[in-house]
Amino acid sequence: MSDATISSAPALDLEAGRAGRRHLISRIVIYGLLTFFAIIYLMPLWVVFFNSFRPLAEISANGLIAFPQSFRLDAWPQAWSEFCIGGQCAGMQRYFWNSIMMVVPATIISTAMGAITGYVLSKWKFRGSEIVFGMMLLGVFMPGQIALLPWAFILGKIGLANSVYGLVLVHCIQGLAFTTLFCRNYFVGIPDDLVKAARIDGAGFWRIFYRIILPISPPILIVTVIWQFTGIWNEYLFGVVLNSGANQPITAALVALSMSGTTVRTYDVMSAAVLIGALPPLLVYFFGGKYFVRGLTQGAIK
Amino acid sequence: MASLTVRNLRKNFGAVEVLKGVDIEAQTGEFIALVGPSGCGKSTLLAMIAGLETVTSGEIWIGDRMVNSVAPKDRDIAMVFQSYALYPTMTVRENMAFGMESRGIPKDEQKAAIARVASLLQIEPLLARKPGQLSGGQRQRVAMGRALVRDPKLFLFDEPLSNLDAKLRVDMRTEIKKLHQRVGKTTVYVTHDQVEAMTLASRIAVMHQGQVQQFDEPDTIYNRPANIFVAGFMGSPSMNFIQAEITSASGTPSITFPLAGGGVANLPLHDGVADRATGRKVVLGIRPEHLSRQSPNTVGKPGMATMSAPVEVVEPTGAETMAVMKFGELEVVGRFSPDEAPKTGENMPLAVDMSRACLFDPATQKRI
Repeated sequence: MSDATISSAPALDLEAGRAGRRHLISRIVIYGLLTFFAIIYLMPLWVVFFNSFRPLAEISANGLIAFPQSFRLDAWPQAWSEFCIGGQCAGMQRYFWNSIMMVVPATIISTAMGAITGYVLSKWKFRGSEIVFGMMLLGVFMPGQIALLPWAFILGKIGLANSVYGLVLVHCIQGLAFTTLFCRNYFVGIPDDLVKAARIDGAGFWRIFYRIILPISPPILIVTVIWQFTGIWNEYLFGVVLNSGANQPITAALVALSMSGTTVRTYDVMSAAVLIGALPPLLVYFFGGKYFVRGLTQGAIK
Repeated sequence: MASLTVRNLRKNFGAVEVLKGVDIEAQTGEFIALVGPSGCGKSTLLAMIAGLETVTSGEIWIGDRMVNSVAPKDRDIAMVFQSYALYPTMTVRENMAFGMESRGIPKDEQKAAIARVASLLQIEPLLARKPGQLSGGQRQRVAMGRALVRDPKLFLFDEPLSNLDAKLRVDMRTEIKKLHQRVGKTTVYVTHDQVEAMTLASRIAVMHQGQVQQFDEPDTIYNRPANIFVAGFMGSPSMNFIQAEITSASGTPSITFPLAGGGVANLPLHDGVADRATGRKVVLGIRPEHLSRQSPNTVGKPGMATMSAPVEVVEPTGAETMAVMKFGELEVVGRFSPDEAPKTGENMPLAVDMSRACLFDPATQKRI
């Protein structure tokens, strides 16, 4: 090691030290603030999570926000199969299954349709395709409540009123604008030469779609699926207006929290019920979150 | 037999006329280069031959079939793209098989074809790799392999070398030439690089503003360009153009133009020029290599004229030396061998090879 060559002036060392300290302080401030807001943001989740394991008596005694003194699992099975909603004491389970029955097909179908429309609007442009795309974009900004009455009318006409399948249809159509936007914007980044080469190679519309385009597209498909799944699961307005009673999705059923028939508020069971309603999107973000961020920020493959 | 005939082909994008009546034909086995500056319509022409762009009017024949409204896949063509357009999720082998697969060619036939082409291009070790794992030169090779494997009637190349670095480009150019000599397929090759066009093509179509300016063998294009555009586009450094006049002051018809300091150059006209009317305005075109230092060898030669000009800049490149000289107000580039190269500031005694010079009509821009 040649110490002689780097024997720097002490003044420089001082300055470097000062810069390093400034850097450290700014890091501490930044991470402190981030941690602070993360705690605020996560607080409700913690409160509900803890309360689902605390006995009701303890909640009443120590208040809603407190560390658990004991640990009980009773509230969960109660919330799942006994919790009373709208006079029916059958728990959250059937609403949970309603939501699953709604969200799985609606996510798959709306993503598939968005991929196809996005493919057409990016790689098979036709006269006026930009106008069609522009009009579809309006759907992104359209508040859902505008469509409430028309949907009620249509679902009634085609015999899907108050049905989970009706909600599947609603979410497929309502979600199409978003899924198209996502897929189209990703596909635009795929070089047109690939499509041209495939056309010369003898591949047609569908073959190019599933052999060339789809294999490049997992990032955007994951983003779209996560977006649709959480969006449809958390959606509330259509579920509560278009469906009633036993056919409501879980978000609509949670209304019961505010009008439970009994005089005693069963905070432990309610907390478990809320968590059951929140679990699927939480899990999806938990496992898919990093793909979501990656997919949104990543451009198409060169 | 012509394997490609293009007749009076036109293309409009909205109100913009991109191709204004193009006529080209390629004999079987020929290597045609479409060359021109960007925006001249050469890539559009190629895309129309491939069927990727529709025809506004005119005809495209491949072999004995009019293909105006035939789908790309049914035209019996293969194309190599500037971006290579390799399918990124498929291995090299799958890339090469894709076209045959789409056409339902039996598996063992596919295998045999891939093996044949892979050994021809020496890409066997790459077959299991994906395009992302290949270097630029390897991708280029694979792109050619994918085109070759189907044994089409017509090969289309769209600026295939412009994404490679300079050295690799020269190597691949030689490879493409070798390959064409070996397989002998009719080829249409689009490039903006006149050197590629000159070295590869059996005939060159020089395009400008949607029209074919000249369609001929490289030698003719270079030595007897049809007009000022072709003369200026082909060759580097570019041909020198000098506004001049035909006079017969010294008895023989000669080309006269002003020099710096009030003098005039008087270069005897070559016998080959038919129209030698005195007083006619012309544009004299001299390629840099047709200027040389006066010496006993050059001065006496027929068609050789002499003059002198001050040297402004000297640019040695090693093998040869470029010198910028002043002909009056005009800068003229000469190309000399290093041992006869001028010095900056020298008043260079020049021998001008008038037998190789071109004369153009200033109004029509055409060669006289």
